Amino acid sequence: MRNAIIAIILAGIACGIVGTYVVARKLVFISEGISHAAFGGIGIGYFLKINPVIAAIPFAIIAALAIGIISKKGNVNEDTAIGITLAFGMAVGIIFIYLTPGYAADLFTYLFGSVITVSMSDIIIMVILDAIIVSIFFIFRREILAISFDEEFSKIVGIPTKFLYLLTLCLIALSVVVLIRVVGIILIIALLTIPPVIAKNWTENFYKMSVLSVITGIVISIFGLLIAIIYNLPPGATIIVVLGAVFILFSLAGKIIKLKNIYGHFDIF
Amino acid sequence: MSETSDKIVELKNVSLSLDNQIILEDINFTLKEKDYLTIMGSNGGGKTTILKIILGLIRPNNGCVSVFGTNPCQSTYAGKFIGYLPQHIKSDLKFPINVFDVVLIGRYNGLFKRYSEEDKQKVIEALEIVGMENFKDRQIGKLSGGQMQRVFLARALVRNPKLLLLDEPTASADPEMQQSFYKLIKVLNEKMAIVIVTHDVSAVLQYGKSVACVNRKLYYHGEKEGALGKLQDAYKCPIDLIAHGVPHRTLQEHKYL
Repeated sequence: MRNAIIAIILAGIACGIVGTYVVARKLVFISEGISHAAFGGIGIGYFLKINPVIAAIPFAIIAALAIGIISKKGNVNEDTAIGITLAFGMAVGIIFIYLTPGYAADLFTYLFGSVITVSMSDIIIMVILDAIIVSIFFIFRREILAISFDEEFSKIVGIPTKFLYLLTLCLIALSVVVLIRVVGIILIIALLTIPPVIAKNWTENFYKMSVLSVITGIVISIFGLLIAIIYNLPPGATIIVVLGAVFILFSLAGKIIKLKNIYGHFDIF
Repeated sequence: MSETSDKIVELKNVSLSLDNQIILEDINFTLKEKDYLTIMGSNGGGKTTILKIILGLIRPNNGCVSVFGTNPCQSTYAGKFIGYLPQHIKSDLKFPINVFDVVLIGRYNGLFKRYSEEDKQKVIEALEIVGMENFKDRQIGKLSGGQMQRVFLARALVRNPKLLLLDEPTASADPEMQQSFYKLIKVLNEKMAIVIVTHDVSAVLQYGKSVACVNRKLYYHGEKEGALGKLQDAYKCPIDLIAHGVPHRTLQEHKYL
């Protein structure tokens, strides 16, 4: 339980910071591709009998760079490159798991997350990756804000846009690895996107949005974990359902406020 | 001596093709300090591409580009001296950023370098020039099209450029806004060279100093050809009337058309 809460906090930090960038720069599908491709690394980890989370790190980074480089070269569209990488990574994972003798009982752990069973070594990996993500985002915060808003102008003012694009894709890959144990490969994309979208309700500042999505992600995920424990539900999926529900509530609340603003003048409300 | 030193942009035999399609062919022109060049021409003729070549965003296949004394035929990066107002703002207008921070990006000065108090002061000054200082805390998407344009002009000006490139800046503005915009540009021209891409003939002839037409090739109608001042003398009527359909030729015939 203690490990689970630590893992959720670490995941919340990664997904809030990276997620804000992903949402603001519309890299959601790329992140989806990287997370699925990371499954290849998990399979290789199984096969080589090393911690699959560690094996997922280089695999996710290679997938991120592959998508980034292929799509920027222009011969293949970005979404095509993502589709290819996604399916290829998953296929590699399946083959290696098939080749591994014995029954891969906790495969589900990596597909759908298993925050309850997070080990101390997983937490150490997550701490290191979080530290890398937070410090690189902090060092390059001005550049990241600039290229997220306007890539062409960033190039004109002398920001190394290509380098930063690839670097941030690598950070997305690292954040995917941080999140694997918490919600699993299939559900990662929800934890990357929903907290920033909720946080956007409260601020119009990119940096504040990152901090608020970190807080939102952590609070809602812990709430989801408690519900999962009380009702004996799978934690990863429960966290995502709670996140989704909060998102829907906020959207509806926003709609009602908007309607009030429109119709308020006519005294309908 | 001064003849060469005040040359800020020089394009020599510049050609560009994309996917076996010729976009620009044998472009030659020079810009000097405080020039005011208007580039006209049909859509798809390569006007924006010329601006992007000057900015170093696109590299030509052939020819030499020298901008502010950068090595001809090699590096074209001279972004420090150039302000650019793009035609379309491709950014997501719901992006969580306010007017002040958008303009502040124009003061970017290299990796690991914070924005200083001076940078922030310059941002306010640039917003004052375009008359948007009261909107500095507004989220960028919550402005009208014309206001947004002025914010992006401030972002170009905050760099203290010696050359300002404007790509169809008044395409979506009403006539009154156009007039005030061109007046502002005229004032700015006292400090920097202006290159403006536009279809707006009247404003060009009223405010510009020289005109070039681009349609794959560039046809330069400099002052010497009498495009403006001398024409005005010759026809004894305000030049902007010509744009409104008075049937006489304002510019020399193209050699190849």
